[in-house]
Amino acid sequence: MQHSEMNYVKKALPSNLRSIGLLLLIAGIILGLVAYFIDQPRAMFNYLISYMFLISIGVGSLFLISLEYVANADWSVPLRRVIEHLAAIIPLLFILVLPLFFSIHDLFHWSHPEAVSEDKILQGKAPYLNATFFIIRSIAAIVIWSLFYFFISRNSLKQDETKDQKLTKTNIKLSAAFIPFFAVTITVSAIDWMMSLEPHWFSTIFGVYFFAGTVVASLAAVTLFVVKLKEKEYLHPKVTNDHLFSLGALMFAFVNFWAYIAFSQYLLIWYADLPEETFWFLHRWEGSWTVFSIALIVMHFIVPYAVLLAQPAKMDMKKLKFISIWLLAAHLLDLFWLVMPNMSVHAHGYVFSWIDLVFPVFIVGFVILVFYYRANKTNLLPSGDPKLNRALDFHI
Amino acid sequence: MRNRLFAVAALFESPDKIIKAADAVASQGFRKFDVNTPYPVHGMDKAMKLKPSKLGFVTLFFGLTGTAIGLILTYWTMSVDYPLVIGGKPFFALPAFIPILFELTVLLATLATVFGMFAFFFNLPHNDHPIHDTEYMKMTSYDKYGIYIESADEHFDESKIKRLFTDLGAVKIYDLAYPEKITYPIFEPKFVTFLIITFVAVSGATYLTLNKLLYITPFNWMMDQLREDVQDVSQYLPDQPSMRTPVQGTVARGFIPYPYKGINNPTEVLTNPILPTQENLNLGRKKYLSYCSPCHGNFGNGDSRLRGQFPNPPTLHSKRAREFSDGMIYHIITNGQNVMPSYESQVTREERWAIVNYIRVLQRAKNAQESDLEVAKKEFEKNAAQ
Repeated sequence: MQHSEMNYVKKALPSNLRSIGLLLLIAGIILGLVAYFIDQPRAMFNYLISYMFLISIGVGSLFLISLEYVANADWSVPLRRVIEHLAAIIPLLFILVLPLFFSIHDLFHWSHPEAVSEDKILQGKAPYLNATFFIIRSIAAIVIWSLFYFFISRNSLKQDETKDQKLTKTNIKLSAAFIPFFAVTITVSAIDWMMSLEPHWFSTIFGVYFFAGTVVASLAAVTLFVVKLKEKEYLHPKVTNDHLFSLGALMFAFVNFWAYIAFSQYLLIWYADLPEETFWFLHRWEGSWTVFSIALIVMHFIVPYAVLLAQPAKMDMKKLKFISIWLLAAHLLDLFWLVMPNMSVHAHGYVFSWIDLVFPVFIVGFVILVFYYRANKTNLLPSGDPKLNRALDFHI
Repeated sequence: MRNRLFAVAALFESPDKIIKAADAVASQGFRKFDVNTPYPVHGMDKAMKLKPSKLGFVTLFFGLTGTAIGLILTYWTMSVDYPLVIGGKPFFALPAFIPILFELTVLLATLATVFGMFAFFFNLPHNDHPIHDTEYMKMTSYDKYGIYIESADEHFDESKIKRLFTDLGAVKIYDLAYPEKITYPIFEPKFVTFLIITFVAVSGATYLTLNKLLYITPFNWMMDQLREDVQDVSQYLPDQPSMRTPVQGTVARGFIPYPYKGINNPTEVLTNPILPTQENLNLGRKKYLSYCSPCHGNFGNGDSRLRGQFPNPPTLHSKRAREFSDGMIYHIITNGQNVMPSYESQVTREERWAIVNYIRVLQRAKNAQESDLEVAKKEFEKNAAQ
């Protein structure tokens, strides 16, 4: 009988990871505060991008966990803890969202009553787009995510000790319940936080578009952590290239899915050619925004497609590390491209400021710290999972 | 006589054992061997030390071919050969073409993968593989895991291999021989005769059936039709033309007969059925200028350029002409008078009445009363005020 997984000894993550994370986080917060006092709207728009990015990684990871349970997948079991650690961002969204609530007026045109009073379209949308309902929706989404995160991860952790197979069944049910909630909340979040920045514009595929980006970003984050941990030999030695291949293949699939959805959105608007829809794209084709639009296609689709196309590339640790960092940057660019042009400064093209470079520092520090503290408290291998043996023997 | 040996095969009990066996066989340098299992066993490629499949390149090549074909197809049809403006888009509207490129890429890539796999990698069709119809094959598609090493392998040594299999824990070992070569002589005289007889019989039967047994007179080519040719002798009525003369008193559809035709000074005439509306007067003016003015002059003065060349056309402003009833003028146009011929064939009934109305306008304008001037003045002032 194989008892190799029982020999798993927990290894503490190096403490310099904590110092790096702390340093980046503190630097990010201080620079962010400075930015806030220099240029409040710009800082808040950047903070919104950071918030959406953290939703992408956190909630996207929870989606990946539920996908594993619902599909009854074997291969991802030894990696699930990494995904769970990233999903630990979710409860912290309660704190992260607060600064945004205090600057609704900086961000959202529809939140100004004087603007609504002279705009028929905004009046029509007012029953949905008003500050009270907006805050209720945002809080409700975080509550739903947090509840599912809490129960799913608690069951998973409990299983390490009890080895109770029923917990897996409970988690399968929880995951099946989570997925429809996820579909609705992620759509509502995308519409509320990003589409309503331009309240005259509408696109029914927008939620799916953000979802595609979310899964790409969370997969990239998971891959990055998995490859790094495997390099430093924190993972079980039986986590092999075959496991990495599955991550790479999923990433490749969702890069294609993102491109498919992004193009579908563009094609329909381009074909119908209705002024109330096209202006959104035309604005992103104005001045230096053209560069961003083209860069988005190249970064989010063409380069990752070319890199991940061949089978060996999906197992190659170096390539996976490169492409996961690349895709995280691409998702940041995607959010930047969605959010930033709505700032009045950028009406006729992008205007550079150092503030835009500050917030990614905050994101990186934040994610590293969350991962570090969560990982140090728990096992890095779900040693009680009934599927673990099969998962470690996984071969393609 | 025993047939030439094709391979030595062995059956194993579990997937673990077959993986171990495949690994051992591959490690000993054997290349011409294969594994048969009831279902795909994960990790087999690695155990057999197989090189990555080249199939991906087939997919890639044909996928790109599909993209290229799609691009040429859309570009040639939509932008070059038959350019159409659709929805105000340019002739080369790339976003609209992308779905076609995508579909063709996927279509060619998948078809090429499947058929490439069958034709080049599986060497199909392959009906006489020696492992067909053997107990070994039957068991591997039931609950055993099989491996065989071909005698064509350069390291092949029957006894050594059998020992290796036994050491690995094989439950059964087989010698797989080439099957009896069965030939089917095609050019045997009997067979050729059979073919010829069949050919003659089938084609003869077909010919007879279609041309004699089930013969239906074909439609005779539109030459002899049951119809009458115009201006010909009738086929049905002797000594009569194909076109029939209408019965006496037949009236053409829409034709209204004129009862006073041919009477020079009729005692009674028609009354004008048409009101002189602006529209009707415009029609009358047009027709008057076309048909009447060459003799009677543009304003009915009888002063056209024909004056002096014919008996002079009379003025329409004489007392006699003014006292004609509408019906009388209509009668003159329809019937003609003195030198003037009938205009019945050139001017329709409605047009004739319109001309009559127009002549009345000319007459009134030329012989205006004081009261008419009053009316005209009022009209003028009203127009000026506006």
